[in-house]
Amino acid sequence: MQIVQLLLFLILFPLISAIFLLFAGKSFDSSWIVKISALGIGVVSLYLLAAGFDKGLITYACSSGPVDLVMIIIELVIAVYLLYLGIRHRKYSAVILVLVQAALILWFEATYGHKIELSFNLFFDQLSIIMALIIGIIGSLICVYSLGYMETYHQHHPEIADRRRMFFFLLFVFLSAMFGLVFSNNLVWILFFWEITTFCSFVLIGYSQTEEATNNAFLALSMNLLGGVAFAAALIYIATMDPSGRLLELNTLIYSGYVFAIIPAVLICFAGLTKAAQLPFSSWLTGAMVAPTPVSALLHSSTMVKAGVYIILRFAPVLMGTTEGLMIALVGGITFLLTSCMAISQSNAKRVLAYSTIGNLGLIVACAGVGTYNLMWVAILLMIFHAVAKSLLFLCVGTVENRIGSRDIEDMGGLIERMPKLAVMMFIGMAGMFLAPFGMIISKWAAIEAFTAAPFGLVFIVILAFGGSASLFFWCKWMGKILSVMRHQENVETGIRPEKWAVLYILTGLVVIVALIFPLISSALIEPFVMQIYGETTRLAQANITIMLLMLGLLIIMPFSMLFTRKAPRIAPPYMGGMSTEGGMKYTGSMGVSHDLVLSNYYLKNYFGEERLFMAGTLVCWGLILIAFIMIAGVIL
Amino acid sequence: MIPEPYASIINAIIYLLLAPVAGGLIAGIDRKVTARMQGRVGPPLLQPFYDVGKFFEKENLVVTTTQNFYALSYLVFMAVAGALFFSGGDMLLVIFAFTLSHIFLVLGAYAAFSPYSHIGAERELIQIIAYEPMIIITAVGMYMVTKSFYVGSIVQSTTPIILYLPGVFIGYLIVLTIKLRKSPFDLSTSHHAHQEIVKGVTTDFAGPNLGRIEIAHWYEYVFLLGVVYLFFAWNPLIAIAAIIIAYFLEILVDNTTSRVKWQMTLRSAWLVAGTLGVINLGVLYYLRMVVVP
Repeated sequence: MQIVQLLLFLILFPLISAIFLLFAGKSFDSSWIVKISALGIGVVSLYLLAAGFDKGLITYACSSGPVDLVMIIIELVIAVYLLYLGIRHRKYSAVILVLVQAALILWFEATYGHKIELSFNLFFDQLSIIMALIIGIIGSLICVYSLGYMETYHQHHPEIADRRRMFFFLLFVFLSAMFGLVFSNNLVWILFFWEITTFCSFVLIGYSQTEEATNNAFLALSMNLLGGVAFAAALIYIATMDPSGRLLELNTLIYSGYVFAIIPAVLICFAGLTKAAQLPFSSWLTGAMVAPTPVSALLHSSTMVKAGVYIILRFAPVLMGTTEGLMIALVGGITFLLTSCMAISQSNAKRVLAYSTIGNLGLIVACAGVGTYNLMWVAILLMIFHAVAKSLLFLCVGTVENRIGSRDIEDMGGLIERMPKLAVMMFIGMAGMFLAPFGMIISKWAAIEAFTAAPFGLVFIVILAFGGSASLFFWCKWMGKILSVMRHQENVETGIRPEKWAVLYILTGLVVIVALIFPLISSALIEPFVMQIYGETTRLAQANITIMLLMLGLLIIMPFSMLFTRKAPRIAPPYMGGMSTEGGMKYTGSMGVSHDLVLSNYYLKNYFGEERLFMAGTLVCWGLILIAFIMIAGVIL
Repeated sequence: MIPEPYASIINAIIYLLLAPVAGGLIAGIDRKVTARMQGRVGPPLLQPFYDVGKFFEKENLVVTTTQNFYALSYLVFMAVAGALFFSGGDMLLVIFAFTLSHIFLVLGAYAAFSPYSHIGAERELIQIIAYEPMIIITAVGMYMVTKSFYVGSIVQSTTPIILYLPGVFIGYLIVLTIKLRKSPFDLSTSHHAHQEIVKGVTTDFAGPNLGRIEIAHWYEYVFLLGVVYLFFAWNPLIAIAAIIIAYFLEILVDNTTSRVKWQMTLRSAWLVAGTLGVINLGVLYYLRMVVVP
């Protein structure tokens, strides 16, 4: 089978499933459509890996005439719908942005669009495979998980209107748009898919239709539209400078030289920054946590926000060695440092995950902005590890929330007794985020080594040293919370549907497997990709890989040491300062009243409080973005 | 340059066998010198060995059985980190293994779910985030001087590293105080008998588990002083003298200062890393990259 057919299948198949889901009547059990489609998407993504990992960059001719027309019509329909909602909810900033963007796109199409006939609209290389695997495997797993989650969600929230058909419709439309985004070579197409993901995110954030959800949905919409406007401006600039339209092809544009490419690069990377929720735009992603948890897992951690860093990665060769690139990298670096600190002060599990997501995306942006070949390698590795571990963590939090009715970390004390399997899964997910020898720490280590060779790398090393430590703090105290063994706890790990368990098991397995086989991923996919772009590549030293694998093996067998104790240990109550009463878990007060022991974590709000750090980060990052814009204004003039 | 595999494996084995002996002796000398500073006679030199021996004779008393796992993991990964260091491995990998082992100690304290262990665990975490940036800056500084992250190459460098990294060295000594659990930074647990949170992070460990934690400390001592050695590696005699002086200074500081709050610990450690460490590296970077490219 031709690879182009696979690409078209991956773009169109989710769309067809989405339409089926929309029209499936209530009498028909639509969960089978979800499961079969998810299976199909996953299998084809894997087949794409098998069929295409040894191919280099391939571009595909694909007639664009009728497709372009359909895209414009869809964009206009969405714009009108957004205008209607914007006016109804009195969100005039969103209304203005919708109008501006629609005007830009119409102008672009009227002036240039109909004249331009691109020859290569689709393309495919190893980075596309990696993205397709993330979308196809993790994305479809999350869709399957959503079936069970949404059912429980509506049982717990009877006041929220059941709009599940629309929910699954949008999830699959979103998957289709993501595939389109990563396979498109035509920038006009990329922008189209980009806007579709923005729209899906907007509707899904507002799913519960509460006031908070609606406000946050519009916040996300406005910020993403701001990026969309910059993206559209980049298209107009390219078309103005090069009426033939050849440079609207991504693979041509990035080799068109600094003077030409830097302006669209900065504009599109700005769009990437908004999509990846970097400071000063981070508030939309933390706000988006009101959405049902599978939405957060799919859109706001493992795929859609990755589209933002994906596009910056595509432009990394242009950004390399430029001041503009350095500014974008600094935005990412500062975002990583500050959001890692802010996460310390949060007790809401989803907000912690959100901040950690923003931070890790920041790290990827920092690597891509500096843009040397070894940092490119690190950035892709980070993207893979993060997608796997973070989606697992979101789904674990979602499952816990379904069972105990709270997403507060303080309520997760003793989870190892109450929900042992889930606690172990969360432990593995968190280990994947910050502990050696799992994924993220490998990437951070490689990042430090790569930054030593990069211009101004020292700044980023310092950022990594401090930000990395801060993230260790919030992960570890959360880990400690779920692993603390409180006495007399009941097991409440029941009533979780089998397909949810299946998804959780697969993702947990993936976290471990990816850490085990990352040298393979690197040599089969990442190294050829970096090689093809830069002509040189990098990898971890073989000796270090061996040591890491040995450490991982040790870590896996260590828990079994508990089975081989010569004599069963005697259990005693903890030390309570000699003041305890009954069972060691109560204190007797001065008036003879007995108080339960309550332990809570440190949040250090005076040091790592959200408001102050956010203010500082917003100011600095706006400054950096402004410098980048002034620089490209200088290039134009 | 990666050192020859056999030599490095032998070094690792020697470390695994002898580091507890050396570490125990250091602990013994420490207690002796501390006692003399306080005008006491002090325990015999081998007292730490008698203590640990006794721990292993005791019954295995736990709050939760998972504590066995955490204490053992702490010891094992501490030994792994040190063995990697002495076999000439990658400094950053050593640091990550070192952090991993401490995470197990912290989790062990959390697992006990008791007030003193809990506060100890939180404070231990604050200590970890306080010292970690400085340790990473130390590794990067050594890389900038010797162009290698491998301990095996750094130790063979003929460059007097200390002359290039004086700020980093002072910064390292300051976080060493945290690592050796010396006053004024002995927040999470202390080697002195009394602390406002009893024994902090180790409060609910008893018997053999406490013995394992103690042996892990001995491994840790040897590793941490090994890093001091690297600064002076071009001349082993000076290096050993530097280790002795550095350790003596740590004891002196321990006995002449009083414990500070966690705020002060975090602030001073980050300030030191952010000023002494970063400025030192910045100057080095400027010299290397700009003046002599």
